[in-house]
Amino acid sequence: MSVNPSDTLVQRLGDRFKTAVQESSDFRGDLSVVLEPAGLVEVARYLKAEEGFDYLLYATAVDWPARDPRFTVVWEVRSLADKTRIRIKTTAAMPDPHVPSLTSVWPAANWHERETWDLFGIRFDGHPDLRRILMPQSWEGFPLRKDYVSFGEPVIFSDQKLEGLEPDAIRG
Amino acid sequence: MVKSDVVQQPYGPEHEPETEWMELNMGPHHPSTHGVLRVRLKLDGEIVRDADADIGYLHTGFEKSFEDKTYTQGITFSDRMDYLAPPINNVGFVSAVEKLIGVEVPPRAQAIRVIMMELARVSSHELWLGTTGLDLGVYSGFFYAWRDRDLALDLNEAYSGVRMMTSFTRVGGVAWDLPEGWLDQLQRFIDVMPGRIDDFESMLTDNPIWRQRTEGVGVISREDAIEAGVTGPVLRASGVDYDVRKAFPYCGYEQYDFEVPVGANGDCYDRYRMRVAEMRQSLRILQQAVDNLPDGPWLSADRKVALPPRAELSKSMEAVIHHFRLVSEGFKGPVGDVYAFVESPRGELGFYLVSDGTNKPYRMKVRPPSFCNLQALKKLVQGVLVADVIAIMGSLDFILGDCDR
Repeated sequence: MSVNPSDTLVQRLGDRFKTAVQESSDFRGDLSVVLEPAGLVEVARYLKAEEGFDYLLYATAVDWPARDPRFTVVWEVRSLADKTRIRIKTTAAMPDPHVPSLTSVWPAANWHERETWDLFGIRFDGHPDLRRILMPQSWEGFPLRKDYVSFGEPVIFSDQKLEGLEPDAIRG
Repeated sequence: MVKSDVVQQPYGPEHEPETEWMELNMGPHHPSTHGVLRVRLKLDGEIVRDADADIGYLHTGFEKSFEDKTYTQGITFSDRMDYLAPPINNVGFVSAVEKLIGVEVPPRAQAIRVIMMELARVSSHELWLGTTGLDLGVYSGFFYAWRDRDLALDLNEAYSGVRMMTSFTRVGGVAWDLPEGWLDQLQRFIDVMPGRIDDFESMLTDNPIWRQRTEGVGVISREDAIEAGVTGPVLRASGVDYDVRKAFPYCGYEQYDFEVPVGANGDCYDRYRMRVAEMRQSLRILQQAVDNLPDGPWLSADRKVALPPRAELSKSMEAVIHHFRLVSEGFKGPVGDVYAFVESPRGELGFYLVSDGTNKPYRMKVRPPSFCNLQALKKLVQGVLVADVIAIMGSLDFILGDCDR
């Protein structure tokens, strides 16, 4: 029986970074590993230098309000030569969600991490330029959090005054 | 003072004295931004030292909106992002859902998807040729490009009823079979286009002004291109042989005989050549798809995800129940997360779908190729002249609707 190369990758990661790799899964052919935030950069460096994952696809986050830690932060990288992909996940907890930035490993993560900060309010430690990117710099709130109401923008009709509307309460 | 007393200063941008940098605001309503993009340029005389692209003017919160809609309803959102290649967005979105729930797509539906996607690729590249030419002073090209692009939009209209926002895919297939006479219309398109592309090439490929404006401008090396995360024709122009259709075939692309053009210099001229060559390859694929179009159903027979045929509704109670269920509540996906991706005219368009087991995406992250390509702008424009910024921005072929979502 042939050896599944993804399995051996997970094994290699597990052998090398015993504490950092918390779990791994293979769903519909997509390989993911969940890492400790502390060991994230080290594993990422190894993946790029030794395993050839040279191309960053995207970085994003998922908000699970009922869970603790609340946020899952996701990076997905590809090896152009081997045509393989791996999804790197880690977690960030309220009230000050932050994870290490992977821009030092994959510079292409720059805008993707800015977007994640902008829409989820997750700080990336070590990011060179962590500003909002899609929303205006003066925006309050983080739109892709689950407690941020869609279409919750206050609408002021011509016969109404701004008083009485509390934008912050609506934005959540 | 005799002439020999004048000390001849070395000439050229690299010998310009250090001066105070000026900040120039380009956009948000600059014609070459094709959408709404603001670029803050830091200028040292005529030389660009730094650039900061300010995006988000077209941010509409599609990713948030996906979370409120069932999987089928989400299809109509997907084509509003990259409005120059709507069919490819449609296919990308449903392929993520199909990967999540594991539905087989019938061969005829796959062929129809390929036809619509390649039509979109040709029309998108046509538009790119027209508008980028316009930015660089080729005014007549714009009208030719628009005329040719219209042929593809006519085909969109004849098939789906709309010229741009086709929304033609359904989870498990496509919404309609091809109408009568449509393939003849497509054949006329395939026959007429090679000559039209030749016309375009005769206008630009060896045009000394076009070459001066694009050759050696905005060069990005193979290593830098990979590191910057650029994708699509921009990546291939730098010599990376990577096209999703070849590397990870979807919708049966492995059955078609076509080549992936790869450049060598990574400059604006190579990106232009990539797109022209891709149009020719798309026409090849279209011809093969027309010749070998399979018969059979165009929608999955899995009643849990695909609507039953209309005729069954008057005969079968079960069909009515399925129909009601799908239209009102939709179908549910298993818990999990998948990433599905397709090759759009601008590069790899990906959908990262997280499902919590309900009938709506828990999270739908779009990996827009325009966003990834525009990120490289900062690197590409450092040290070039202001006029070259227009050529470089044009060569990246970003669509702000795709970039900002």
